[in-house]
Amino acid sequence: MKITDFAYEVKEGLGISFQAIRANKMRSVLTTLGIVIGIVSVTLMGTAIEGMSRSFNEMVSKIGADVLFVQKFSWFSSQEDFEASRNRKNIDLKQFRAVRDQGTTLAAVSPLTGTRLPIKYRSLSSDGIIAIGVNDQYVQVGGLNMEMGRFFSQAESNGDRPVVVLGYTVAEKLFPNETPLGKIVKLGSHSFRVVGVVAKQGSFLGMNMDDRVYLPITNFLQKFSNVRRGMDIHVKAANINDLENTKEELRGILRKVRGVKPGAKDDFAINQQEMFIQTFNQIGGVIAGIGLFITALSLFVGAIGIMNIMFVSVTERTKEIGIRKAIGAKRSTILIQFLIESAALALLGGIIGIIISYPLSLLINQILPTSMPLSVVGIALGISVLVGVVSGFLPANRAAKMDPVEALRHE
Amino acid sequence: MQPVINLKNIKKTYVMGTVEVNALVDVSLQIMKNEYVAIMGPSGSGKSTLMNVLGCLDTPTSGLYEFNGVNVSDMNDNELAKIRNKEIGFVFQTFNLLARSDALHNVELPLIYSGMKKAERKMLAEEALSHVKLADRMHHKPNELSGGQRQRVAVARALVTKPSIILADEPTGNLDSKTGVEIMGLFNELHAQGNTIIVVTHEEDIARHAHRIIRVRDGMVESDTIVEDRILPGVHH
Ligand SMILES: Nc1ncnc2c1ncn2[C@@H]1O[C@H](COP(=O)(O)OP(=O)(O)O)[C@@H](O)[C@H]1O
Ligand SMILES: [Mg+2]
Repeated sequence: MKITDFAYEVKEGLGISFQAIRANKMRSVLTTLGIVIGIVSVTLMGTAIEGMSRSFNEMVSKIGADVLFVQKFSWFSSQEDFEASRNRKNIDLKQFRAVRDQGTTLAAVSPLTGTRLPIKYRSLSSDGIIAIGVNDQYVQVGGLNMEMGRFFSQAESNGDRPVVVLGYTVAEKLFPNETPLGKIVKLGSHSFRVVGVVAKQGSFLGMNMDDRVYLPITNFLQKFSNVRRGMDIHVKAANINDLENTKEELRGILRKVRGVKPGAKDDFAINQQEMFIQTFNQIGGVIAGIGLFITALSLFVGAIGIMNIMFVSVTERTKEIGIRKAIGAKRSTILIQFLIESAALALLGGIIGIIISYPLSLLINQILPTSMPLSVVGIALGISVLVGVVSGFLPANRAAKMDPVEALRHE
Repeated sequence: MQPVINLKNIKKTYVMGTVEVNALVDVSLQIMKNEYVAIMGPSGSGKSTLMNVLGCLDTPTSGLYEFNGVNVSDMNDNELAKIRNKEIGFVFQTFNLLARSDALHNVELPLIYSGMKKAERKMLAEEALSHVKLADRMHHKPNELSGGQRQRVAVARALVTKPSIILADEPTGNLDSKTGVEIMGLFNELHAQGNTIIVVTHEEDIARHAHRIIRVRDGMVESDTIVEDRILPGVHH
């Protein structure tokens, strides 16, 4: 068969499909319901996974994969471990100093603790912010960029000066029309002078990273001494390729300063982002698994529906098939015609699915920084066509093999 | 001269369960270029079966069928489709137009299947429709046309590929007699222009438009005669 012949047949097939779908609008739309659901689930799943990975990638690149978190508990310990580790003693400033003074493979170290506090500037206030006590090195450890002003200095940090650095949205809320720099804000009942504003960080898993303020930890501990839950130590390693060594060094220092007996298990944890990434991959895998299951199930149902309606269509149009054969349509011509028709039907379902899932993806966008990836749209439409072709094959083949005389006799 | 159609001992048997129906028992005949043949016979005598075999819609159970000197009996499905498309123009009693397509598209269809370019096939289809005096009805769907007009669309579709032969199985069977006469006039005209035509009918009046009448009975050729008192084109009785 020549390419041009094929092209004409495809074009004729497309024309026939649109006629057929238009003639049976309701039936066609109902038939594609399974495909619609399948495509909605596959596109939303793709969008969610895309959003999660974008969100995580942002986080990972912001904080850096070379940051270690010395904490009382492991991020991903099992319930039993948690029971066993309940009586662990807190991490305190002494342990932080030991790490800072003895560590040789560290680029920057900061203690970190925090609490929820109301903040106020004149008549403007905000309740839901998180006050975080850190030292001057946190600007490197946390990968912060400054929007204006500066982070507090080592001198300010050590000298317990009442200074504060605002997160982006805090600054926006309290200082809509003026510069916050040099202004005195009230955290709880205490006054702090604003020295800087951190650049916008965005949100992470629905958590607003800009709704916080940073102050020197010694100051924090003095003024909010009712906050008694210890702290974390955030460590930026000097060399990311040497992360394991840095971890070992930290373990050694902490075991000594916390008085862990030789042979006993660590009574603290050194967490790192990689654990997060692993967990993310697991969650992503679960979402993908569920999504794929729903997708596969509904596409299967959709395929059966299309196959069924195509058998109906072939039977209804037996006479038409006879006519076409009588004037020279080959088996392959008829086959292609009906394959195109069932592919077009499935594609219709795919397009309806995308029209439905697009607004839903905007909802997902409220939680995750994402939009429906174009590749997902392409894949979804491709899958639809494939389902159409596969499920249309048996009916199309039946049509192709019809005996012309028999078919013409059909009323 | 080589005949367009050469049938030798054609037999067509339908098997229905345990019963065998011999629709064609033993048919041999030749049809030359530019002949105008009427096939007559009582209902059930095998006329349609014969036409379907001639039109390559159906394959004989046994016997030899040569079309323009080429043995059709052992052609495969694709080759038969090609013969139907290029060499044969079929006109049916029930018109058999595509209901959803307009007259122009119906006439274009065989040309689409032969892979002709759009501009060319549109031109030829328009020409064929003008030929059957339907130039002003090209964009009408079959249900917007009268029976006679539908049959003329079907004739246009049959002749648009310039086939070696036009086969018409009771083309006036669903038409009133006046319209039937018009359609027969059309066949006369086509014949005068050099086409080879075979028409099935059981009306003597209609048969007498032809040059030659083949009478079929019980699946066999009963008689094969030249028409003496032929009704000439344009002379209506
Ligand atoms: N598909 C078929 N199956 C079984 N018998 C058939 C079939 N087609 C035709 N016949 C039989 O073959 C005989 C000839 O039929 P047909 O060619 O249609 O006659 P005509 O067109 O002369 O009326 C009839 O007895 C008819 O019943
Ligand atoms: Mg008949």
